[in-house]
Amino acid sequence: MRFRFLLVFVLFALGFVPVLAQDDTLTLVTHDSFNVSEDVLAQFEQEAGVKVEILRSGDAGTMVNQSILSRENPLGDVMFGVDNTFLGRALAEDLFIPYESPLLEDVPDEFKLDEQNRVTPVDYGDVCLNYDIAYFEDNDLPLPESLHDLTKPDYRDLLVVENPATSSPGLAFLLATIVQFGTDGDYTWLDFWRDLVANDVYVSDDWSDAYFNQFTAGGGDGTRPLVVSYASSPPFTVDEDTGQPTTASIVADGMCFRQIEFVGILNGTDNLEAAQQFVDFLLGVPFQEDLPLQMFVFPVNPEAELPQDFQQFGAVPEKPATMDIDDINAHREEWIQAWTETVLR
Amino acid sequence: MDSGVDRNRPALGGLWRGLLLAPLVFLALFFFYPLLSIFAVSLAPDGQLNLGSFVEIVTSAYYRETLWFTLWQAALSTLLTLALALPGAYVFVRYRFPGKSLLLALATLPFVLPTVVVATAFSALIGPRGLLNTGLMALFDLDAPPVQLERTLAIILIVHVFYNYAVALRMITSFWANQNPRMEEAARVLGAHGWRLWRDIRLPLLRPAILAAGVLVFIFTFTSFGVVLILGGPRFATLEVEIYRQAANLFNLPMAASLSIVQIGLMFLTMTVYTRLQRRIAADVVSAGYVARRPRNLRERALVLANLALLVVLLFAPLLALVLRSFMAVGAGFTTQYYRLLADNPRQSVLFVPPLQAIGNSLTFALATTALALVLGLITAYLLSRRDTGLVRWLDPLFMLPLATSAVTLGFGYIIALDEPPLNLRASPVLIPLAHTLVALPFVVRSVLPALRSITPSIQEAARVLGASAWQVWRWIDLPLISRGLIVGAIFAFTVSMGEFGASLFIARPDTPTMPVVIFRLLGQPGAANYGQALAMSTLLMAVSAAGFVLIERLRAFGMGEF
Repeated sequence: MRFRFLLVFVLFALGFVPVLAQDDTLTLVTHDSFNVSEDVLAQFEQEAGVKVEILRSGDAGTMVNQSILSRENPLGDVMFGVDNTFLGRALAEDLFIPYESPLLEDVPDEFKLDEQNRVTPVDYGDVCLNYDIAYFEDNDLPLPESLHDLTKPDYRDLLVVENPATSSPGLAFLLATIVQFGTDGDYTWLDFWRDLVANDVYVSDDWSDAYFNQFTAGGGDGTRPLVVSYASSPPFTVDEDTGQPTTASIVADGMCFRQIEFVGILNGTDNLEAAQQFVDFLLGVPFQEDLPLQMFVFPVNPEAELPQDFQQFGAVPEKPATMDIDDINAHREEWIQAWTETVLR
Repeated sequence: MDSGVDRNRPALGGLWRGLLLAPLVFLALFFFYPLLSIFAVSLAPDGQLNLGSFVEIVTSAYYRETLWFTLWQAALSTLLTLALALPGAYVFVRYRFPGKSLLLALATLPFVLPTVVVATAFSALIGPRGLLNTGLMALFDLDAPPVQLERTLAIILIVHVFYNYAVALRMITSFWANQNPRMEEAARVLGAHGWRLWRDIRLPLLRPAILAAGVLVFIFTFTSFGVVLILGGPRFATLEVEIYRQAANLFNLPMAASLSIVQIGLMFLTMTVYTRLQRRIAADVVSAGYVARRPRNLRERALVLANLALLVVLLFAPLLALVLRSFMAVGAGFTTQYYRLLADNPRQSVLFVPPLQAIGNSLTFALATTALALVLGLITAYLLSRRDTGLVRWLDPLFMLPLATSAVTLGFGYIIALDEPPLNLRASPVLIPLAHTLVALPFVVRSVLPALRSITPSIQEAARVLGASAWQVWRWIDLPLISRGLIVGAIFAFTVSMGEFGASLFIARPDTPTMPVVIFRLLGQPGAANYGQALAMSTLLMAVSAAGFVLIERLRAFGMGEF
């Protein structure tokens, strides 16, 4: 009798079946912050005749690293969400195959960072400080006018930033400080961070913890009224009663860093046609108009109309910090490591 | 050896000889090959010898501090655990009280609990959203959680004590109970009391057990991964966490590989010390041990009660908090919604599959691991029990090596070695049970080997003389005698696989996640629903681990020797 039990046990143990990819599904590899309205996506699925499965793999950096590590057996067909801070690595590792979307024509050249069109720009956003308007008014606190102001005693215990090793806005903010303070001289970016630590900056592992749990106006029980987020975040905090947002972003020159997000067709896809259709879909007006309210970013397609709140409360900095993707790629890990040593240990 | 034949075993046929090779091939493919890949990536990242990352580890204050932190947090955890377990052991050896054996058995529970579950349980008890804080906030009308332990060293140490208290307690208790009580009696007669009794008699007497337990706890806490990663926040990193960070976040594979090698070296050293110490405990057993009695006066009763209270609070408060919290809605009412949500897979979920599917995956992987580890472990044990051959002397430590290799290192080795021809398994779900089997194999071997070595050859010879075939001898003599060890091995394999986190985090594909990986992902997301699902999932994993444990314990009671 017991033999039969063992037999069943072993058969059951060995009986797991590998999951086979089906041809009529398109797997989208993306980061945790990806969102799209269900009806917009359903429209695409119907037109293209495929089912879209969304595979979220952590922050943008983790997503790129994971895809490189599984390059021989790609996790999906398309990747959305690789940004200029990680683009260099993704391109160097040959993750994508080129595709020139017919819709690319309308997209301003400033967003196109790869001449071979291995990736296509989809949206952009500026990583800026956000603040809790009520807190600053109640406490009669002036806004910081430069990054350096953040090291003043006035802002002690008030700021929450993201860990650049695990969060892409965190990395973008780190790059803004490098652009601002430079890597050599009397007062380098690391000196700035040392002063921030002395001023009790709080480091979250990811944007959602920083914004929703630590920020005073993020809906959680946060205690810090200054957070590294997006210039486009305030429209999401519009109070229903007053019609005014409870937060605003600080877009002074050099205090923000511009992030551009891309989509690319993964090398090794077995669904090239649907993948190309998907890239077109991301550039098309329905998705581009859906973007702002779903992901806190601005569309690259000039024909997409911005939602009302966005036009009113979404700020675009005039002079955000930028950096060449090759420069970023050459130093990214070195800077993150130096930051970790300075800030976390 | 007479006549060139192994006297202990019946002569082996060709098939059997081939079978003996299976564990060796397994070890070569799924342990040494990935390990060699790590060496290759570390020493020659671009095909040429480059010791850059080793130089960096030695010269950079950062890596030295990581190593230093790993060492001293492990040492501190060990000391704390021993300091608490020693009085506990005293109570268990000395006194008789109701529920004693049940309590000692239950104390083993944390050992089979996955780190992810334990981390979640502690967050449910003393985290900012935990029972203690929400309770205090409601009671005293506070705005902010009063107990702020998340991201502190304190919580890491508390969880390490939770994990290892029972390990130390059991090791010291069983050693102590077998010691000859006469020395202590003599010392008492001669007037030694209180701390002198501890200093001059008990501690020296218990030294081998304390040392062995200490080294074991040190090993466990030195490689602590999930606890530090989930509860420690970004400021704390053990070597294990740093390996993961370097590989997954910074993509610095040479550095991750070099750190792995440093860790393997240190672990191997500690393991060697441990096996030496363990041999000493085994040798020191005497038959006339301590006799437990009822606590007589108020002081003794207080001592027993205090230790039992510590045991119960330490063990059950977090687990109870986990279960309760998983049924609590945001407004503190009763709800089952977190469990119901587990079956859903909305498109905005961070998970690729419904969380419920992860339970199926974990069970399947655990059963496959158990089957594979039992077969390979059994063959390995036979291989190692042939003590007459010189081969065995170096095979034995070889099979212990995987124990000295951390799970994160193993997972890392798998993704860099097994993702390309000739062995491309990256997309295959078998990678997980393979890794789990490797982790479980030494446990199975250690469980079966003692029983196998204790079989008296004359019984087998008698059976042979009476006309039994080799198969019959194995079926009716060997198997009944080793079945107990096999079952203990199965318990280990099953629970190790269910809770394995470090390697799975690296190698689990998004379409086949395991329960610990899903819990970790949910914990990292904002919102009450995600947190609630993580709690619900942890509660289920705890239940499954405990049920697996009980199930196999029950099978043992039926007498597996008769199947």
